[in-house]
Amino acid sequence: MSRKVRITSVAAVLVAIVLIGAACSNKKTTTPSTSGASTPVEPFKVAIVAPSAPNDLAFTQSMVDAVNRLKDQYNLDIAVSDSLFVVEDAAAAIQDYASKGYDLVIAHGSQFGGSVQEIAADFPDVSFAWGTAGDTFGLPNVFAYQAASDQGGYVMGQMAAALSQSGVIGVVGPIEVGDAKLYVDGFKNGAVAEKSTVDVRVNYTGSFSDVALASEAAKSFVDAGADVMTGSAQMVVGAVGVAKENNIAWFGTQSNQTSLAPEVVVASQVYHWEVVLSQIIDAIKAGTLGGQTYNIDLANGGEVVEFNPDYALSDEVKAIGDAAVQGIKDGSITTGVSA
Amino acid sequence: MSKFLTISVLTATAASGIRLAAPFLLASLGETMGQRSGVLNLGVEGVMLLGAFGSYYTVLQTGDLWLAAIVGVAIGLIMGLITAVVSVTLKAEQGISGIGVFLFGLGMSDLMYQKLVGTPRPVAQLPAVNIPFLADIPGFGKMLFRQSLLVYLAVLLVPALAFVLNRTTYGTKIKAVGENPAAADSLGVSVNRIRYSTVILGNALAGLAGATLAMELGIFQQNLTQGAGFIAVALVYFGAWRPWGVLAGSLLYGLVAAIVLQWKTLGIIPLSASDLAATAPAVITIFALVLVARRFRQPAALAKAYERGA
Amino acid sequence: MSSKSRGLARHDWGRLLLSWFAMPLAALAALLIGALMLWALGANPVTGYRALGEGAFGSVDALTNTAIKAVPLVLVGVGICIAFRANVLNIGGEGQLVMGGLASTATALAVPGVPRPLLIPLVLLAGVAGGAIWGAIPGALKAYFSVNEILSTIMLNIVAVQVMNYLLSGPLIDKKFSGFSAIPQTKRLAPNADLPILVSNTKLHAGIVVALLAAIVVYVLLWRTGLGFRLRAVGLSREASSYAGMPVKRTITLALTLSGAMAGLAGAVLVFGSASHRMVTDGTATGFTGSAGFNGIVAALFGGLHPLWTVLSSFIFGGLLVGGNAVQRAVQVPSSLIVALNGLVVVFVVSIEYVRRRNRNRPLSFGMPQPVQEPSGTPEEVEL
Repeated sequence: MSRKVRITSVAAVLVAIVLIGAACSNKKTTTPSTSGASTPVEPFKVAIVAPSAPNDLAFTQSMVDAVNRLKDQYNLDIAVSDSLFVVEDAAAAIQDYASKGYDLVIAHGSQFGGSVQEIAADFPDVSFAWGTAGDTFGLPNVFAYQAASDQGGYVMGQMAAALSQSGVIGVVGPIEVGDAKLYVDGFKNGAVAEKSTVDVRVNYTGSFSDVALASEAAKSFVDAGADVMTGSAQMVVGAVGVAKENNIAWFGTQSNQTSLAPEVVVASQVYHWEVVLSQIIDAIKAGTLGGQTYNIDLANGGEVVEFNPDYALSDEVKAIGDAAVQGIKDGSITTGVSA
Repeated sequence: MSKFLTISVLTATAASGIRLAAPFLLASLGETMGQRSGVLNLGVEGVMLLGAFGSYYTVLQTGDLWLAAIVGVAIGLIMGLITAVVSVTLKAEQGISGIGVFLFGLGMSDLMYQKLVGTPRPVAQLPAVNIPFLADIPGFGKMLFRQSLLVYLAVLLVPALAFVLNRTTYGTKIKAVGENPAAADSLGVSVNRIRYSTVILGNALAGLAGATLAMELGIFQQNLTQGAGFIAVALVYFGAWRPWGVLAGSLLYGLVAAIVLQWKTLGIIPLSASDLAATAPAVITIFALVLVARRFRQPAALAKAYERGA
Repeated sequence: MSSKSRGLARHDWGRLLLSWFAMPLAALAALLIGALMLWALGANPVTGYRALGEGAFGSVDALTNTAIKAVPLVLVGVGICIAFRANVLNIGGEGQLVMGGLASTATALAVPGVPRPLLIPLVLLAGVAGGAIWGAIPGALKAYFSVNEILSTIMLNIVAVQVMNYLLSGPLIDKKFSGFSAIPQTKRLAPNADLPILVSNTKLHAGIVVALLAAIVVYVLLWRTGLGFRLRAVGLSREASSYAGMPVKRTITLALTLSGAMAGLAGAVLVFGSASHRMVTDGTATGFTGSAGFNGIVAALFGGLHPLWTVLSSFIFGGLLVGGNAVQRAVQVPSSLIVALNGLVVVFVVSIEYVRRRNRNRPLSFGMPQPVQEPSGTPEEVEL
């Protein structure tokens, strides 16, 4: 009897909360908003659903920063749901934002694609953007975006091979999928193109977030004689720390990682998603809610190789980097990573 | 494989294994003390995370590594007190309260990190301290005697705690309280006081374990420990509630993880097998326990709250 | 102090009221601290908690979300009821969920054309099998090799995650996405395997029915079958059960196997009731399970290890989880605050049992079996 009482009373209190809440609340309508007739005065509502922290200096930050950069230009009303690595919770968030009349819901994580595919069909007046990926599922209200991270990877691979005295380069990766795989493959190809004898060692730790593993992987590279390192995903801060302690040059991706270790970060491939986001928002305002894939790459300025001004980079290596960027932009160099 | 079987690579791997094992060892030793007196603490992970953030933040603000270690211990002491109140005085069901502490620690550490630090800011890592003379022994020197102070502390705690458990009155009381609290009570041993002390001590070690991890890495991130606290609890069983056994388990786990990492770096493990290779520490730990098949009983009163006259 | 000896005390209304409202009061206390934290972060606690209530129970959509969130909690929870009552501490729910999900996914990928009335039970059964195997391993290890189950289940969780990563990035991957921008997920699974929606225009799927049925089945199993009796008997005393001629080792193995089977079923439901209708990973177990493996333990223990009460406690806990996410969206606080808040609620509610126990002078243990005090052992005695 006691257990019944106990649980019933808990339920009673929670029901009470609900009743109070319902009594006080203004009922929100669940009709999605019509977008496309927004004037510059009316705020454009953007929601970001992301799998990690908004200031992780990696994947999620790249998108949050980009949206914030566009805030004034488009009068954006921004909502962020971070750390939603549980896919079903993210799906619930995407659906919730859609039903609350957001103009654009950005599902920033390739693992959210399946959910977007199903949810978008229920909200034809809401625009969804999904990345990093290249498939819009044939739906009229889904945009896809991706980064040709192999391009920046190639450039930095070339520079890394030129910079390395020992000829051993270490790469710390999460899981061999998606954006990370693109970057690492591009990096390897670039390094080998610069110096065919270079020894690029890749260690996929098996996790996007395990900092300790990344740190130990980096340490094992140090023991192997690596004097240049790179890596992808938010766990990479562990590796950067090791690079800093051992005075090993670091190339970063996704966000500008100079602040992590100003002494050793040479350059970062920074994603400027705003290049494609502005195109997406313009399209929405003009009435097109989806059906297009956008790439950021070196050519359209969506990817920028940002050098660390405090790192004493020799002119030859910088020249190699600049030449690589130019080469990829005008098409004379291909990264060798199949699209 | 030939690249692996060189002295330098082997010693580097072993050193890495010991370094990886240290946080497990500290947390597991703490949990051993608590469990020996009959208290199961599943919240180790949460305490480790809080200790990790506290010490990281201290280093960030003051640059003082000693102070950071003390902060880690202090946080552990506070959480230990709370856990003791909940588990011993309030006699809450220890399985659930532990998970509650875990969730709280996980969320709180990340929340404070987001609000107080935000963007990842690496700090100085724990320096390795070379023990004079011993560090210069070829091979073994590099492997064993060039670790950080906290690693040495962790290893030294093993014989210390074994001594306490087996050769002091306090240790006897702990074991008595864990086996048969009613009998111990009737003999005048304060069950609650003993359990409070072991829980507080155990959580202090868990806080220190988190601090060790954070300081070794020189960074903090959401869920920095990635389940290390639960592995530490598991290792208590591996070690049959004895400090030397816990040492063996932690070293086994750390060494296998280090070997896997090294083999990945050397290319011995191909990329395609990368995921499956990551299971090695877990699988080998189970196998090792099966092989040893020891028949030690757990403390009879483990995870049962004690109430006089109940 | 003992109220047993003072018959009139049982009608002391003050105490009775306190004991009735102890748990909700504890929850409220935790929420109050949460309100303080919200306020310290610059968010409006009233708005926040209104969102909590609305998000959890305030609309049909909300109730649907809560119910769906509760389904894996119920399934894992009733499995925990079986295991914990046999005094086997199954901490491997996460791994068993994953393996169940993988097994059911593989089945759907292998035979997509099977007609719906057959395919759904088939994939669910595959989930059961996957989880059962992942529970049988630690179960047998405990029964026959004295390997402590807390250790083996925690270790197997780790193994399961990597197996999932391997399979979803390799053999089971959606070929459309492999290569260029490989996403570790399967293709959209056979529509015939979608769990049917019960109420049109909602997300409420048949997983609810599965969960409720499972709860009833486990209730019947535990209290109306011979196996259930043996499970509970072994939980109370291995010695006595063995002496009574019960197959103790087999029973222990079965306890973990059945518990794993329930979690595996939860994994299958998660895959086929999901919004994306595929299995996808982000590299962690939690990304797929949402910590249902741990939350299920909490739900079961709050339900007193009774399958039917576990249903209710899962619903409430599910509401807290769903409502928490709604709070995050409403006042834009970091989601870690919600995690911390969940932890606070759990700790507070479990602590307040003390108050209730003082009124009834019986050691309360949320149903955990209080084994008969075994004689302190000889070294030969096998580890419990």
